[in-house]
Amino acid sequence: MENSFIIDKLYKAFDKDILKMNTVSDILTFTVAVPVIHQVISFLKNNESMNFTFLTDLCGIHYPDRGLPLGVIYHLHNLAENKRIRIKTFVTLGEPTVPTVTDLFSTANWMERETYDFYGIIFEGHPNLKRILNVEYMDFFPMRKEYPLEDPTREDKDDRYFGR
Amino acid sequence: MEEKQYTILNLGPTHPATHGIFQNVLTLDGEQIIDAEQTIGYIHRAFEKIAEHRPYYQITPLTDRLNYCSSPINNLGWHMTVEKLLGIKTTKRADYMRIILMELARITDHLVCNSVIGVDSGALTGFIYVFQEREKVYEIYEEVSGARLTTNMGRIGGFERDLSLKAVKKIREFLDHLPKVLHEFEKLLVRNRIFMDRTIGVGPISAERALNYGFTGPNLRAAGVDYDVRVMTPYSSYDDFEFIIPVGTQGDTYDRFCVRQQEVWESMKLVRNALENLPEGGFHVDVPEFYLPPKEAVYSKMEALIWHFKIVMGEIDVPVGEVYHSVEGGNGELGFYLVSDGGRTPFRLHFRRPGFIYYQAYPEMIRGGVLSDAILTMSSMNVIAGELDA
Amino acid sequence: MHNKPPLYNKAEAPDGYTAPGIFATTLDKVVGLARKNSIWPLPFATSCCGIEFMATMGAHYDLGRFGAERLSFSPRQADLLMVMGTIAKKMAPVIQQVYIQMAEPRWVLAVGACASSGGIFDTYSVLQGIDRVVPVDVYVPGCPPRPEQIIDGFMKVQELVANESLRRRNSEAYKELLTSYGILK
Repeated sequence: MENSFIIDKLYKAFDKDILKMNTVSDILTFTVAVPVIHQVISFLKNNESMNFTFLTDLCGIHYPDRGLPLGVIYHLHNLAENKRIRIKTFVTLGEPTVPTVTDLFSTANWMERETYDFYGIIFEGHPNLKRILNVEYMDFFPMRKEYPLEDPTREDKDDRYFGR
Repeated sequence: MEEKQYTILNLGPTHPATHGIFQNVLTLDGEQIIDAEQTIGYIHRAFEKIAEHRPYYQITPLTDRLNYCSSPINNLGWHMTVEKLLGIKTTKRADYMRIILMELARITDHLVCNSVIGVDSGALTGFIYVFQEREKVYEIYEEVSGARLTTNMGRIGGFERDLSLKAVKKIREFLDHLPKVLHEFEKLLVRNRIFMDRTIGVGPISAERALNYGFTGPNLRAAGVDYDVRVMTPYSSYDDFEFIIPVGTQGDTYDRFCVRQQEVWESMKLVRNALENLPEGGFHVDVPEFYLPPKEAVYSKMEALIWHFKIVMGEIDVPVGEVYHSVEGGNGELGFYLVSDGGRTPFRLHFRRPGFIYYQAYPEMIRGGVLSDAILTMSSMNVIAGELDA
Repeated sequence: MHNKPPLYNKAEAPDGYTAPGIFATTLDKVVGLARKNSIWPLPFATSCCGIEFMATMGAHYDLGRFGAERLSFSPRQADLLMVMGTIAKKMAPVIQQVYIQMAEPRWVLAVGACASSGGIFDTYSVLQGIDRVVPVDVYVPGCPPRPEQIIDGFMKVQELVANESLRRRNSEAYKELLTSYGILK
């Protein structure tokens, strides 16, 4: 399956909603607009010529100095022809909602929960969207860039040893 | 008509079996399991956040602690990811050395998993035999990297030192001794009537459901799909070798046990092959920006001193870009998604952890079974808490 | 015979008055001797140190020859809580519950850097040492500690057990210690 074949088919199906395409990275990468993300993933999975039936990974990312800072990144894999593809979509901080893909891939269930836990991205239609790795009463989203790594409530650290 | 009452049973987070800490709240109808609700995150150590604050070579000890039963695979997989980002190709000798160490790690991981399946079904003897063999592999790791369990093995571009003669001797002795122990272990369990009754048909999953759930590794191969990252996208010169991918039929516990057992035999063959055909050459590729120069050069030559300073203080130019690389870990496809913005530390590093992904399918696999089946299914899936929670 | 170290195959008798058919010593020494050679540990293994513990229990290093052959996974039947591995903040109330359920006399051994002080994980989600929630008797540093180090830590616990006074668990100082952790209200 050549890159050009995939590019043609995707542009034919979703012309204006594909915002960016990247052929320089190791895997063919597309950035799509949020409203069509479910249709894009569904097209890639169910269309007989595309056949990307394996969701390898789903993760979030935060670019603090962009207009659309929060992003969700999907890695799909066509096992029959050994072809991978990466789909990205970005949302704003004020309205961080992305449609869920749990109905297409059962594996997205926990992956989306983890992305919600770390970045606060809300997946519409998810059966059980609550925190998975952090404590339930945590009220911030730790992987966002503005939060520090260390626990800020510690009193016993001596600044001389920690280079501050 | 009385309403049926279900029993709620809490399994965890502190388990009687040393698998790791995660909680399952089972809903039972008598002894049959109706449903299970899982809570994980009891050992969440925020690896992905730490990785954004550490330079590339300091992330290697972090990757150790993902699937700690087979640390070299994680270490070397991470080095390969960085090499992919930088566009470096390692020497053949370094590739073969990596194959030897990764396959040894795979052997130890599968041995732990299989012996723990035995322990959970009551057969404690196999565990003792197998851990004796693990001690030998620990000695090999110590010769190569200096540590037993969390190895921090290798460098970006290869290895820090060549395989010493002592290490080669130890690997040969290990390979000569292991078949006898494996035969003894197999005689105890593989055709054991009680073990077969307890594991055949227990915790099955079909190939379609397994693929939908994102299974990879021995769990998927037990269901019948022969997806192995080493064959699909060969890395580190795996395509120079021929090996069989064992595949099961039903996806139940017995199949997972047998697939892992057979993979140990295949890995042994791979190690022997790689050791016999170890090519001459350098054990690392010449990348001055990422590979620390030898200490004698640092103390005597100006250039080496400058490179040493630049590497340690982080003034190296790292290319901007993103890369996804995966290796076949002990549990399946261990993926590293690295986004770099040119700085000293990664901008984003995400681990695609196989244990996290296939543990979601656990409630579906145990529905309809009894409690002791649930325990065996969990231990046959080889869920390692470090990998689950990262 | 000449250069061999003495084999640890019999428990040494404490000081006391010996006469034919009579051995007199203090009660707490006898109780300490019996307790130290039959500790029932509770292996609270969470991560990598747990695998080193499994190696310690194996045939090569064998913790069983020190009397700790019978592992108890129920806190009600255990003497020594061996915490091996990282404890996250989510797990901290659990470990306190397990400690509360243990019956007196009980000891705690923190194995590994993560249990002693948080280890390399200085993050928002990791408890920086279990001595924030339970009182600890012996710390074994290492990442992970070698089985010999774990056995060394265990032997130090044995020394503590052998020399403990019989009245310690009812004393004021001990009650204050537990109150400071929120265990005794």
